[in-house]
Amino acid sequence: MSDALRGVVVGHGSMAAALVDATERITGERGVLVPVSNTDCDRGALEDRVESAVGAGPALVFVDMAAGSCLLAVLKRLHDRSGVQVVTGVNLAMLVDFLYHRNEAPAEAARRAADSGMRAIKVP
Amino acid sequence: MSIVLCRVDDRLIHGQVVIGWGRQLDLQRVVLVDDVVAGNSWEQDLYRMAVPDGLRVQFATVDDAIAALPEWHADPTKTAILTGNVHTMAQLHHAHAGAMHRINLGGVHHQPGRHERLPYLYLTDDELATLREMAEEGAKVTAQDVPTAPAVSLGSIR
Repeated sequence: MSDALRGVVVGHGSMAAALVDATERITGERGVLVPVSNTDCDRGALEDRVESAVGAGPALVFVDMAAGSCLLAVLKRLHDRSGVQVVTGVNLAMLVDFLYHRNEAPAEAARRAADSGMRAIKVP
Repeated sequence: MSIVLCRVDDRLIHGQVVIGWGRQLDLQRVVLVDDVVAGNSWEQDLYRMAVPDGLRVQFATVDDAIAALPEWHADPTKTAILTGNVHTMAQLHHAHAGAMHRINLGGVHHQPGRHERLPYLYLTDDELATLREMAEEGAKVTAQDVPTAPAVSLGSIR
C-alpha cells in the first residue's frame, strides 16, 4: 500500500476553497484537501503557494482548467517531482471519490479521478 | 495599425489575455516578449496550451521584438504585444514609440519594493516613474485588467 496521497486543489479566484468546502461538507473528511488560489500573486508566488501546499510527500494536484496560469504554475514547479500527479478539470465528484481512494499509487489515483470526474458530466 | 494591445502582465499568457482581451479585440496573434521564455521551448509549449484555436502565439526576445516591431505594426494581423514587466515594455516603447502608443497595465503583482496602486497593480516608485516618462513621450498609459473593467488613467495612479 502506498502512503496516503495528499490532495491539492488549484484554481482561479475562490474556486478551490469552495470545492474543498463542499467536499468536506459531503464527506465529513476535513483537512485532507488543500486549496490554492491564484488571486493576488504573480507566477513565482503562485508556484510557491502550490509547492508549499503539496509538501514533500506523494500528492494528487487537481487543477481547474487544462490551460492557464494555475496549470502553468503547477507544471513548472512540479513537473520533475516523483510521486506527484496532476489532473485537470477538477469537479466535485472527482474530489469526493478521491477522498476514499487516497491509498492508490499516484498514477492510478489520477486515472481514477479523471474517470470519476468524467462520469459525473451528463446531460440528464 | 495592427498592434491593438500592448500589455504588461506578469502572468504572461493566461485567460484574461487570450479570452478576455482576445475576444474583445478579435486578436489573431499574441507576441510574448520575454528573454527567458524565448529561450525555453518546454515553457513555450506550456503557454501554447493556454491559447485557443485560431489565435497564433509567438515568442520573442527583447532584441528580436525591437527588430520586428515595424513589421508587426504594418502587418494587418491583429496583434497583442505582451511583456511581463514595465522595464521590458519601456524598452519596446523607446525603440518604436509609434507602434507602442497605448500601454495597458493588466497585472503586476506584489514583490518587495512595490506598493499597491490598484488591487491588481503593484509598482515600485521607479516603475511608476518609468511609466510617467512613457506618458510624457506620448504613450497613453492606462490600467485595466479585463475589458469590462473601467480603464484607470496613469494620472490618477498614485
